[in-house]
Amino acid sequence: MLQLIFNKQAVPSGRTPRSSPRSLGDLERGEHGILDRLELPEDAARRLMELGFVPGARVAAAHAAPGGDPRVFRIGGSEIALRRETSTRLYLRAGAAPDPSIPR
Amino acid sequence: MNVCGSCSGCQPVAAAPLPERPGRAHITAVVGPPNAGKSTLFNLLTGLRQKVANFPGVTVEQRVGKARLDGDREVLLVDLPGIYSLVPRSDDERVTRDVLAGKMKDIARPDSILLVLDSANLGRHLVLAAPILSLGIPTLVILNMADDLRGRGGEVDADALSKQLGAPVVLISAATGENVDAVRQYLASRPPVPIPVDLPVLHDAPKCHAWAATIGYRASYQAPGPPLWTRRLDAVFLHPVAGPIVFFAVVAGVFQAIFAGARPLAKGVQALVAASGGWLGTHLPDSPLRSLLTEGVWSGVGAVLVFLPQILLLFLFLGILEDSGYLARAAVIADRTMARVGLQGKSFIPLLSAYACAVPAVLATRTIENKRDRIATILIAPFMTCSARLPVYTLIIAAFLPERPLLGPLFGTQAAALLGLYALGFAAAFSTARLLKSSVLKSDRQPFVLEMPAYRRPTLRGLGWRLLDRSQVFLRRAGIVILPMAVVLWCLAHLPLREGHAPMIEHSLAGMAGRAVEPLIKPLGFDWRIGVGLISSLAAREVIVGTLGTLHGIEGDARSAGLQESLRRELSPGGAVALLVFFALAMQCISTITVVRKETGGWRWPALQFTYMGALAYCGAFVAYQLFTLILP
Repeated sequence: MLQLIFNKQAVPSGRTPRSSPRSLGDLERGEHGILDRLELPEDAARRLMELGFVPGARVAAAHAAPGGDPRVFRIGGSEIALRRETSTRLYLRAGAAPDPSIPR
Repeated sequence: MNVCGSCSGCQPVAAAPLPERPGRAHITAVVGPPNAGKSTLFNLLTGLRQKVANFPGVTVEQRVGKARLDGDREVLLVDLPGIYSLVPRSDDERVTRDVLAGKMKDIARPDSILLVLDSANLGRHLVLAAPILSLGIPTLVILNMADDLRGRGGEVDADALSKQLGAPVVLISAATGENVDAVRQYLASRPPVPIPVDLPVLHDAPKCHAWAATIGYRASYQAPGPPLWTRRLDAVFLHPVAGPIVFFAVVAGVFQAIFAGARPLAKGVQALVAASGGWLGTHLPDSPLRSLLTEGVWSGVGAVLVFLPQILLLFLFLGILEDSGYLARAAVIADRTMARVGLQGKSFIPLLSAYACAVPAVLATRTIENKRDRIATILIAPFMTCSARLPVYTLIIAAFLPERPLLGPLFGTQAAALLGLYALGFAAAFSTARLLKSSVLKSDRQPFVLEMPAYRRPTLRGLGWRLLDRSQVFLRRAGIVILPMAVVLWCLAHLPLREGHAPMIEHSLAGMAGRAVEPLIKPLGFDWRIGVGLISSLAAREVIVGTLGTLHGIEGDARSAGLQESLRRELSPGGAVALLVFFALAMQCISTITVVRKETGGWRWPALQFTYMGALAYCGAFVAYQLFTLILP
């Protein structure tokens, strides 16, 4: 914890530079990304896909419970809360633009 | 925008009357994803002419109702559990699939389907149209919540969508009643079989979504803008600081309302039952039959009815929370805390309800889709301090603990003792949850997924339905058990007859049973009288107060000074503590056992629950008594 605080102060901009978010779990409120793949058991992945978490879809992070877990994600017209244990298994496309074939 | 998009789908066939098929009614299944407004439409179409039943062999509830159409014709509507696809993962979804495939016993394959989708969320909901239309059953696609769609600047061309899907499409609002006549018209017609259209491969979820997007695009579907009010409210309700404050305020408010608010109502019901029982007593000739009616049957009725105001209030508040959409946010806020003991956010509200009564709490677990989480929640719910325990706690604490102020005049020793008992139940519940979730009910790999519906203003009609529905279930499940139980208990206390008169209670069957269990309960500091009380409290916990009153020949009342005095004579302080601990932990409630059996689909879980709680109560009371007699000899 101390280490983290120290690191934060060491960065002049006041914000830790982050490598681009790799999974939904890395997204902070207001950020968005394009879903690439779901590394979950088939059953769980299927349920999430039915809710709109399909590869190529645009996902935005919204509010979270105190402590940041679970977090609400906006996908299509829906808002769906996922626990961190799930959202970190949904990987984002690296630096890709939204897929135009999937309407928001 | 085309408000009545229905006519394209219905008009060509509206003239053809329903075929008269003697012997079997025309069955229409109401299908749709959760939160699409299925039940609102079902209630609107069927009104009071519906009943709730369980599907054979499963615990899933089915609601069947008759929709009356013009000219006294009727259609049987079946409200099926909400589904996301026809690939079943839960019992609910399996039921829906089996009914639609005609594989469910006792119910024929539906003749037609009403597919209810949320028009404001069509991008996702339209995906379900593919598997449903591929069944080849005549289907009306209902785009519900038209008011919401328009209000947020969205639109859709129902006619164009109908062409794309090969099935009639109507745009309605079940909440406002808009265009619901189009649905009635469809039901009255001979519905057309869907025209085959190109459907995507059903098991390929990304393809299905792309298909739905394309179809929506061709039907000029304009997704509505973000729900502004929902965003604004979430900025408060899910705010890192304000969110938890609102959460605790809501919880405290509900808690306060179901206790403080229900008290005068419960007193009224009690007085009414007592007065009518008294009237019955004076108008019947003195006989064992009179005693059976007034003391057995009537007090049994009273024991159930007295909880009704509180349960109605509880369901009213839960209904407001659920219909408004706040319940989902509360579940998100509570999730982390519940996850510590292996449960999840949706377990929170049922457990809160259990402070009023375990029966509605068990019914409220229906919102938990994950079966293991649901069973774990059901199993720990009776540990929460329900209101039936309060008269017992009040009596014993008042009898044994002199009131002294601890923290100011409002919080004294008696309140502290009561709080301690609440804490004991809470601790037992949560350690049991932890135990269950790390052993027999270890979570399967279903992720926690919770949809946040847009906030809506709860309608009076919707709340009324909920109250009616839940109170019926409560009265049926609890009443059916408590009545015969009350009669049996009366018989135990009044038989065998001696020279045509009821015996003194120590010579009755109940007294004999009390003496029989005395060796077993002696190590807890209880004598045979408490034994009789414990046996009678199997029906419902608070019955012990009345029984102890009868045993001492005093009016049984928690505030009765005479009863407190007699209790002090026969119970040691250690025994009193043991009795409190026993009541905090034991499952002395036939109604709950029955409901758990119904909801879990067998005797396995209620038997485990009863044994486990009984053993825990016995051991807890034993330890408490032995410790106390060591400290205070």
